[in-house]
Amino acid sequence: MSKPREIRLSTTPTPEAIAALRLGDIVYLDGIIYTAREGVYMRALEHKANIPMELPAQSAANFHCSPAAAIRSDGSFDMGAVTATASFRFAKWLPEWMAKTGARLIIGKGGMSSKDYRDYFVPNGAIYLSTVGYGTGALLGRGIEKVEAVHWHEELGLAQAMWVIRCNRMGPFIVASDLDGNCLFERENAKIAANIARVYEGTRPAVLKRYGETDDRSDEVIG
Amino acid sequence: MISIDLIQTTAETLMDKAAIEIPEDYLTGLQRAAETEDGDLSSFVLQAMLENYQAAKEDRRAMCGDTGTPRWYVKMGNAAQIEGGPVALEAALRRATANATRAVPLRPNRVHPLWRTDHDNNVGIGAPEIEYGFEPEGDWIDLITVHKGGLFGTDYRMLFPSDGIEGIKRFYLDSLMAFGKRGLACQPAIIGIGLGGCKDTCMVLGKRAACLRVVGDRNPDPKIAALEDEFKDLGNSIGMGAMGFVGKNMVIDCNIEVGYCHTGGMQMSVHAFCLSSRRAVARIWPDGRVEPRTDPDWFTPYQRRDTVEWSAAATEAAE
Repeated sequence: MSKPREIRLSTTPTPEAIAALRLGDIVYLDGIIYTAREGVYMRALEHKANIPMELPAQSAANFHCSPAAAIRSDGSFDMGAVTATASFRFAKWLPEWMAKTGARLIIGKGGMSSKDYRDYFVPNGAIYLSTVGYGTGALLGRGIEKVEAVHWHEELGLAQAMWVIRCNRMGPFIVASDLDGNCLFERENAKIAANIARVYEGTRPAVLKRYGETDDRSDEVIG
Repeated sequence: MISIDLIQTTAETLMDKAAIEIPEDYLTGLQRAAETEDGDLSSFVLQAMLENYQAAKEDRRAMCGDTGTPRWYVKMGNAAQIEGGPVALEAALRRATANATRAVPLRPNRVHPLWRTDHDNNVGIGAPEIEYGFEPEGDWIDLITVHKGGLFGTDYRMLFPSDGIEGIKRFYLDSLMAFGKRGLACQPAIIGIGLGGCKDTCMVLGKRAACLRVVGDRNPDPKIAALEDEFKDLGNSIGMGAMGFVGKNMVIDCNIEVGYCHTGGMQMSVHAFCLSSRRAVARIWPDGRVEPRTDPDWFTPYQRRDTVEWSAAATEAAE
């Protein structure tokens, strides 16, 4: 059993640093990351609100995350754990978001399809980093050096707000796509598929079908 | 009379404990899984999770940033009396949920489904859920909080007697595969299966099987217990591990609960209680004692009774 490679990466990475990443590498991040998910995407892209950060100069790392956090009565922040949410639901907004913000590290849960990677990650020089577990929230929390700001919390609520976090060796994350458009999760699915027929042996499809149901076990629920 | 203030402070303590401390039975199960895991990536993930539980406890921070959708299971002995009655009890649990959301902090997950209104405290219409159970003896109240992840790993299907065990196995595998790919279910997990009831009660049974039974517990019906063992092994033979990577650990344990259903049907639900299996339990007595407990012990012989009347004799027979 080989141990995965560990790499420290800036949240404003050079194209060379991104090109050097391989599927399955373990990454620790230094610099500023920001959280943006459906609330921020809709506000910035559909309602055309001005993004309250200099992107990508300040950060090229978009975390699909809502932290377990509170704003104290004196205005300071209490951020305990941070964990990603599943990214496939954000495919609708990501191409425009990347074009607008220059995001090159998309960090989340579960990755995207290889089609997403080929269509707009690779052309933008971007890759996907997956959190680990999921839910190494406390370990990631230890990587928070400082909560710099929270934007739009009044409009969007604490969970959907844009949190700006300064990290020091925040991780672990796993490299889940590369600049050739390869997808770590699809690679693993393909390896597992070889065994599936044997596991299903002796089982029987339900007598009552679901409308539109497929029996293709290479299928996925995302995408 | 059980003090309402004691109920609220105990509830706040339980929410903190649930969010931060991984239950011992699940931790032991995961440690066993980590020892057997030989997939490179799966193995790395399990080690990282074990380190994460340690970090959460040391730093007193939530083990996962998504602290789920907090809910309450309340069980009362038949002689329990709550100061202020059931309305005061529910108010105390709602206050505890809001206070703990800020104090731990938890992620304020709960929003209106359409308007996305967010009170930033996990309290709203129907939130937190509060469910009740009763026991024939006792003057205590058990508070059980469960913070289950809210998005993936759960499914329901209407099966029929002709589907048989082979059909049950198929839907079980389908559910594990569908949400196991890319690790959407945050496995390896305790898998709960509900069989029978009506659609709503089938879901309730399966969720309680996942969240309210400890690892290693077995259904008292020996044939169902044998199925639990078989299904645990079946899930772990898929070849899929943590995050959907190649591996041999999907299921830390499999718990099955049944309820009587329509004569023509065989309802089935599957629920994955994620890597951060957040639950915490305490029993409160009228004299002010608070007894920390590890096992929710929800499924007593009384909860699984199948007779019209209940008597002490029936208790002994059931045990």
